[in-house]
Amino acid sequence: MNKPFAITLDVGSSLLNKTGSWRTERPVYLDRLPPCNNACPAGENIQAWLYHAEEGRYEQAWREIMKNNPFPAVMGRVCYHPCEKACNRVHLDDAVGINSVERFLGDQALREGWQVAPGEDTGKRVMVVGAGPAGLACAYHLRSLGHQVTVYEASAQAGGMVRYGIPKYRMPRQKLKAEIRRIEEMGVEIVLNTRIDDIQGFKQANGFDALFLAIGAQQPKRVEIPSDESIQQLDAVGLLRAIEEEEHVALRGRVVVYGGGNTAIDVARSAIRMGATQVTLLVYEAREKMPAHEMEIAEALEEGVEILPLRAIREIRDGSLKLEQMVDGEGQWPQASGQFENFQADLVVQALGQQVETDLLQGLVGARIEDDALQVDVEMKSGCEGVFAGGDMVPSARTVTTAIGHGKHAARSIDAWLRGEQYRKPVKHELVEIDKMNTWYYTDAPRTVRPMLDIVRRQSGFAEVVGDLDEINAAYEARRCMSCGNCFECDNCYGVCPDNAITKLGPGNRFEFKYDYCKGCGMCATECPCGAIKMEPESI
Amino acid sequence: MLKQIEGSQGIAQAVALCRPEVICAYPITPQTHIVEDLGAMVKRGSLTDCEFINVESEFAALSVAIGSSATGARSYTATASQGLLYMAEAVYNASGLGLPIVMTVGNRAIGAPINIWNDQSDSMSMRDAGWIQLFAETNQEALDLHIQAFRIAETLSIPVMVCVDGFILTHAYERMDIPQQEQVDRFLPPFVPRQVLDPADPISMGAMVGPEAFTEVRYLAHHKQMQALELIPEIAEEFKSIFGRDSGGLISNYRTDDAETIIVTLGSVIGTISEVIDSLRDQGQKIGAISLRCYRPFPKEVLREALQDCQRVVVFEKCLAVGMGGIVAANVRMSIRGLNLPVYTVIGGLGGRPITRKSLAELFAKAMRDDLDETTFLDIKCDIVERELAREQAHTRSGAAAENILREVGVVDAAKTA
Amino acid sequence: MPHQQVKFYQTGTLTVGNRLLDKAQRTVQATMDRSNSLDSGHRACQGCGEALGARYAIDAAMRATDNQLIAANATGCLEVFTTPYPESAWRIPWMHSLFGNAPSVATGIAAALRVKGRQDVRVIAQGGDGGTTDIGFGALSGMFERNDDVLYICYDNQAYMNTGVQRSSATPGSARTATTMPLGAEPGAEFDKGKNVPLIAMAHGIPYVATASVDRLHDLEAKVEKAMSIRGARYIQVFVPCPLGWGSKPADTVKVARLAVESGLYPLFEAEYGELTSATKIRRKLPVADYLKLQRRFAHTLKSETQLARLQAVADNNIRRFGLIDEQGD
Repeated sequence: MNKPFAITLDVGSSLLNKTGSWRTERPVYLDRLPPCNNACPAGENIQAWLYHAEEGRYEQAWREIMKNNPFPAVMGRVCYHPCEKACNRVHLDDAVGINSVERFLGDQALREGWQVAPGEDTGKRVMVVGAGPAGLACAYHLRSLGHQVTVYEASAQAGGMVRYGIPKYRMPRQKLKAEIRRIEEMGVEIVLNTRIDDIQGFKQANGFDALFLAIGAQQPKRVEIPSDESIQQLDAVGLLRAIEEEEHVALRGRVVVYGGGNTAIDVARSAIRMGATQVTLLVYEAREKMPAHEMEIAEALEEGVEILPLRAIREIRDGSLKLEQMVDGEGQWPQASGQFENFQADLVVQALGQQVETDLLQGLVGARIEDDALQVDVEMKSGCEGVFAGGDMVPSARTVTTAIGHGKHAARSIDAWLRGEQYRKPVKHELVEIDKMNTWYYTDAPRTVRPMLDIVRRQSGFAEVVGDLDEINAAYEARRCMSCGNCFECDNCYGVCPDNAITKLGPGNRFEFKYDYCKGCGMCATECPCGAIKMEPESI
Repeated sequence: MLKQIEGSQGIAQAVALCRPEVICAYPITPQTHIVEDLGAMVKRGSLTDCEFINVESEFAALSVAIGSSATGARSYTATASQGLLYMAEAVYNASGLGLPIVMTVGNRAIGAPINIWNDQSDSMSMRDAGWIQLFAETNQEALDLHIQAFRIAETLSIPVMVCVDGFILTHAYERMDIPQQEQVDRFLPPFVPRQVLDPADPISMGAMVGPEAFTEVRYLAHHKQMQALELIPEIAEEFKSIFGRDSGGLISNYRTDDAETIIVTLGSVIGTISEVIDSLRDQGQKIGAISLRCYRPFPKEVLREALQDCQRVVVFEKCLAVGMGGIVAANVRMSIRGLNLPVYTVIGGLGGRPITRKSLAELFAKAMRDDLDETTFLDIKCDIVERELAREQAHTRSGAAAENILREVGVVDAAKTA
Repeated sequence: MPHQQVKFYQTGTLTVGNRLLDKAQRTVQATMDRSNSLDSGHRACQGCGEALGARYAIDAAMRATDNQLIAANATGCLEVFTTPYPESAWRIPWMHSLFGNAPSVATGIAAALRVKGRQDVRVIAQGGDGGTTDIGFGALSGMFERNDDVLYICYDNQAYMNTGVQRSSATPGSARTATTMPLGAEPGAEFDKGKNVPLIAMAHGIPYVATASVDRLHDLEAKVEKAMSIRGARYIQVFVPCPLGWGSKPADTVKVARLAVESGLYPLFEAEYGELTSATKIRRKLPVADYLKLQRRFAHTLKSETQLARLQAVADNNIRRFGLIDEQGD
């Protein structure tokens, strides 16, 4: 076309005008740390596996979990999911049901028989003491890294407190067994019924290159109550173990559980199932300061457990408990009130916590035991060279998930140590707060409620209380994830840029700014739903 | 084919023979009959492949034509007087964009006072709008000029305004020779736009141009009009070869060979002037006339050549540059600068006042005696003007001059008492 | 066991694209091969709502017509910032003629296409609110009543921005402009003036009228697509915040638009042949003050209970009149 001068122009010729020079601030893409990942004691990349689950790529999702945690089916049941407490979605409706999706993925893996391959053989041998969650997790990770691992366990079954401390109605045993078997199938050897008293000597005699200790905290803490023996007293740990080993346990009549933690709840709920006529939790603290998980308390109450807070048992006499009323102090321990009452009971179970069996650690040269725990450094290394430790025996929150996190962390440290290096945790990204996000773009999506077992069946047997999500529910729940702090390729930035100054790189590849044209208006950052763009001053 | 028809009908038939593709119509006297006729042809089906669009204003009429022309359709509209002013912005725009639209202007006075009769103030107001302006002497020529106009417009990619005296031509029934379609097709090839809006080859038309290039854009527009000075006579020649008639061109001469006095004018008044010249010639006076068939571009050189041997020039025009005098005269003076010829301006026929042979004969006689003022208003009623001027001097707030003059001639009082 | 009924909600359903959405549910703006009808290098201010709205609308129309599109543009910001010699930011056949004649030019384009048998090529006319509701209004009305095959898109930023923020007949009551300063007894633009061109368009009985906003891309695109599926005169008015003229942050352009819609001040609806056919529901109703406080042009209203109440009444009236809140909830 013979275009007239100046009044008619070539299309798209404005590309010659580099409007990027107008900019005083430039947008940059970044990954921020989502609060769920930040809160996970096992260091799971929760957001990443939800991302796969959203699209029904369950195996990929499961493998993402397995990078950090070999027990998704167990976790999906017994983890107290601090991730959900941290979840930013609470600012919209309710937290994402991360735990339920994890359980679905864990179970799906068992149904499908998904397996993880061991790493290439390194020729190194590591000894693990204790087949609880910390020990097994460590063994799994070490095996994944190619080391030979043997786990020694004093009990008749592997699983530690998951087996011996958590009742079946919360943790069906076949799931636990299956996840442990999967670890054995990778080549981890588990030696049961083997208590090792001289740990160091055993390690040297058998030529292990490193040692991971995870013997837990299994000795019950007890308070001495003046008693005329008219009411039988048991301890919670022993009781739960006895139930697990199917020994005869007389949990009948009026049962009092003394304590307010999760173990106390476990005992109380077990008592209900075993036919106790009345189950009362006597709690030293105020109701709202009970250490037990809210969900557990709620389920216990539903099942008929009674809770009497701010009570201390002062004496047992003539088949009756003498209780003293306590007074809640501001942030302090409860104070004695001098007011007493009598309480009729047939059995008292003390559930006041556990401590580490420190006798076993005497032979470890350089190991330091303080505050009822083996002290370790940030690499989970004890003062004794080549000896690492984790789980309940080291200072920690004493949850299954924390133990699993220890196992992973220790495995990575051991692996580095075996190579004469030092394991360094990758630097964490900055945490993404809700105010960095634009939640408008998330559709209202109420949390899926997991089905619950009928109350009558809960009161009469050890069948699992909380049901599964089906596949649709799991995908739905996964899709409630807001992908806080990490681009999920929603195309908002690409769409809202008035200057067409963003290149879409295609699925999985995210986006790129065209700084030649970006005027720095910042609309992309404002409209990014998940807070993955930040404006930085332009250096002029 | 010879037909005894109204001028507007003849123009409509000429336009139809040019195979227009889009016609936009808005009624304003005296061009209305042209678009009415075209509308009927489209409705009847005798003019096919043509969109006839009734619009809501002259501004829209030309704007529609701008859109259709830019999309490669041969586009036509017609207007007059107030309508031309109402579309003024679009008039400049069409030429600025170089769109070869053809538009008839049925020449008519501009108000206030509102007046529907003929003069050429309307076309003259748009003389610098960048359009080619052709003036028809007769209805036959009006018809012929429309056919030539499309050819000129599309050759240069520039809009052409064909100026036809309102009523005098548009409403006069005359015998006209209507060309054959085959002749017109031979003369006027299908429209090949210089630039066109087309998804297959997109362009951005109508850019904003700043000081860095505006002068050049304007110069190029001027240059195009200079090219037209050469093209218009060539096309008139070609027209003659196909249709056998002298039409168009830049100027036409009437008995100017040995003329000492030459009347320069435009449009249909040349007919009356010729008759007066004939009788003066009969009396042995050496007088002739030149009609400007093309006013824009102004045929400066051709006119200078035609005038260089005479002794005086009388410019007779149906328009007035208020506060200055003749509009055409100023252009004529420019073309003969240095020839040392007296140029008299005569303003006549404003708002449809009849131009009589008698008045012209007296005027020309005075001119030949060099007894004319530099500017003369033909047949002005001096008594009315003098009374009004006197009254104005007496009353500082005298009201509208127009109404006062009408009162003087009795029209207002008559209306009030009626 | 009782299951909760699952509605298929998804993360970021309201975003521009999102890998989880069905392809058909993603916007044109999410595609890698969108036409970018209005390309980089244009000279609009930072965060220009009109530049964004125009690309949204024209890209959608391009998809709907398989790229067979011609546009006529009224004088105004959109024209000036896209086509200053020697550079054009358009990628479609585009023409600018005058301030007040875009509808007529578009009529001419459509007529030419019809006569040439190119009815596959569709025509859009576009302009700002000044060019549409004021100076081009006669031409617009003419185009409507003739039912010419043109989609007219008005990018409404509620004042004459190109000339320096003067009041237009689309300027809302109380708004500060250069010709309605916040002075005197009734600061800012007077209430009960101005015209509602969408309703006037409906009164012409044309096949399709809609209002849209740059914050609701899915809604906007659906409306453009719907419009392009219809022959005859159509009108879409798109709400496009102007950071410069409104005194809002460039980064907040989409947010400001969202709050206008969510407060009820800018009702989004569709009408066919003069009858209302749909209203885009407000998701989370907000007080008008939330919208006003982001803009300097309304700063004085936050100090005046009377003005605030009048603006709230305008919003409430819109909500009632256009049914912007679903009584049952969904």
